Amino acid sequence: MHVEPFTDRNVSEHSAYYYVDIENYPVTGWDKFKQVVKRSLKGELFVGLWVVMREMIKFDIHTVKYPLEKLPIGPRYRAVHKLLRLWESGFERCIGCGLCEKICISDCIRMDTRIDENSRKEVTEYSINLGRCIFCGYCAEVCPELAIVHGGRYENASEQRAHFVIKDDMLTPLDFLTAGQQEEYPGFGAITPHEDERVSKTPLAY
Amino acid sequence: MDVAFIIETIVKIVVILLVFSALAGFGTYFERKVLAFMQRRLGPMHVGPYGLLQVAADGIKLFTKEDIIPQNVVKPIFKLAPVITAATAFMAAAAIPFWPEFTVFGYTVHPIVSDINVGILYVMAVMAIGLYGPLLGGMASANKFSLISAARSAAVFISYEVITGLALLAPLMMVGSLSLIDINNYQSAGITHWIAWSQPVAFILFWIAAFAETGRTPFHLVANDHEIIDGFGTEYSGMRWGLFFIGEYANMFFISFVMAIIFLGGYGDGSIAGAFQLLMKVAFFFFFFLWTRAAWPDIRPDQLMWLCWKVLMPIAVLNVVITGAVILFKLKGGM
Repeated sequence: MHVEPFTDRNVSEHSAYYYVDIENYPVTGWDKFKQVVKRSLKGELFVGLWVVMREMIKFDIHTVKYPLEKLPIGPRYRAVHKLLRLWESGFERCIGCGLCEKICISDCIRMDTRIDENSRKEVTEYSINLGRCIFCGYCAEVCPELAIVHGGRYENASEQRAHFVIKDDMLTPLDFLTAGQQEEYPGFGAITPHEDERVSKTPLAY
Repeated sequence: MDVAFIIETIVKIVVILLVFSALAGFGTYFERKVLAFMQRRLGPMHVGPYGLLQVAADGIKLFTKEDIIPQNVVKPIFKLAPVITAATAFMAAAAIPFWPEFTVFGYTVHPIVSDINVGILYVMAVMAIGLYGPLLGGMASANKFSLISAARSAAVFISYEVITGLALLAPLMMVGSLSLIDINNYQSAGITHWIAWSQPVAFILFWIAAFAETGRTPFHLVANDHEIIDGFGTEYSGMRWGLFFIGEYANMFFISFVMAIIFLGGYGDGSIAGAFQLLMKVAFFFFFFLWTRAAWPDIRPDQLMWLCWKVLMPIAVLNVVITGAVILFKLKGGM
C-alpha cells in the first residue's frame, strides 16, 4: 500500500481516510425487527465459520517452536554487551577512556585501569550490572574505538546476575578471533556506510 | 432376574463409563488442536507424538493435585456439585443406543443400557438435572464470580429446556414414540427419510438449544473466562474440577448422539455402514461445537434470554402447531 495518502489525516477526496458508514440504531420496534431479520438471514455467522475453516485447510501455521527454532533478530538489536578485539593484533580495543562508564545513565558500568609495563593503559576490570542496565545503547554509541557493542544474545536467564557481563565473558576469545569469527559490528553505534560524505563541518561562527 | 442380563448390563455400564471418560479426555485434545489450527497455531506438540499424550499428562496432573476446599464454602455441597455434573451426564447415556445391535458368538448384544419406552424424555430430564452441578457448586463456593455463574446457569438451562422440549415435540408427534430406537427405526429407510428434512425448524432449534444446554461458545456465559474467570469452577481444583470437565465433554458427546439419532437418521438400517455413519454424524456435531468456538463471539446473558423467549420459543410453538395441523389433515385424508 502506498503511504502518501495516509499522511493527510483530514477526510477529503485526496486522503485515504473516510468516515465509516454506520447506520443509526433502530428506534421503533419494527426497525429493530427488521434489523434482527436482516442479520439473521444475511449469513454473517457462516462467513465467520468459513474464515476459520479456510485457515484450517490452508494449514499455514505461524507457530515458532521457540527453543528449537528462533526468529532472526535485527542487526541493531540491543542485547547483552560484547567487548571486541582488534583484528590483526588481537589486542583489546578498549583503551580505558571511561566514556561508557561516564555516560551510562543507570550507572551500571564499572571499570578499573592501570598503566602496564609497556606504558599502555590496560583495562584490568570491566563489568556491567545487568540488574540495572536498561540497554539504552549509549555505551556502544559513545565508544570511540567501537570496543563495546551490543550483541544478539538475548537468552540471558541465569542463576547469577553477574553472569554474561564480567569482562572475560564479554571479550571475544582469542581462538575465536583467529578463526576469523569476530563479526565486525554492523549494529547499534557502528559506523554507518558512507559516513564521510554525510559529515558536515561544524560551523565556527553564527 | 436373569443373571446373564445383570452381568451384561454391568459390563455395558462399565464400557460406556470408560469409553466416554476417555473420549472426554481426547475431546479436550481435539478441541485444543482444532482451535489451534483455526487460529494458525500448532496446539499441544510436546507430550508424545503430535501431543497425543497431553491427555495423559493432564490426567496425571488433575489426579495428583491437592484437593483444596476453600475456607468459607459450604463443604458438603461444594464436594457434591462436580459429582452431580459428571453423574447426570453419564446417567443420561443409559437410554442412548450407541450402535445397532450385533451378534458375537451367537449372543445378541443390544448396545443400549436400557431401552425404556420414555427414552428421550429420560435423557432430557437427566441432562436437565445436570443444572444442579453448576448451580450448587457456584452457590456453595463463597465466590462472587461463582455466584454470578450459578445465577446465569439457572437462567440459561431452565430457559433452554423450554426450547429443547418444544423443538422435540414436533418430531415426536410424527414418530409417536419416545424411545430413541423407535425414532431411529422411523428413519431407517434412508437419507430421504431423515427427520431433519421434514422438521428442519425443529432440528435447528434443537441444535441451537444444545449449545445452551452444554454451555458451549456462543452461549458460554456460564463460565465465561473473560468476564467471570471460570464461573462455577473458579474455586475448584484437581479432580473435582476435572469432574466438571468430564461432565461437560461427555454431555457434548451425548447430545451429539441424541441429535444424530433424532434428526439425522441415527444408525439407519442397523448395518455396519449405518453404524459408522452414526459415528461420522456424531463426529460432525462434536466438531461443530469446536468450530463455532473458534469462529463466533459470545453473546450477553440478556441477549441469550431475549433469543430464547422472544425468538426461539414462538418459532418452536408455531412449529408444533403447524406440525400438529399437518398430521391432523393427513389423518383426515387417510380416513
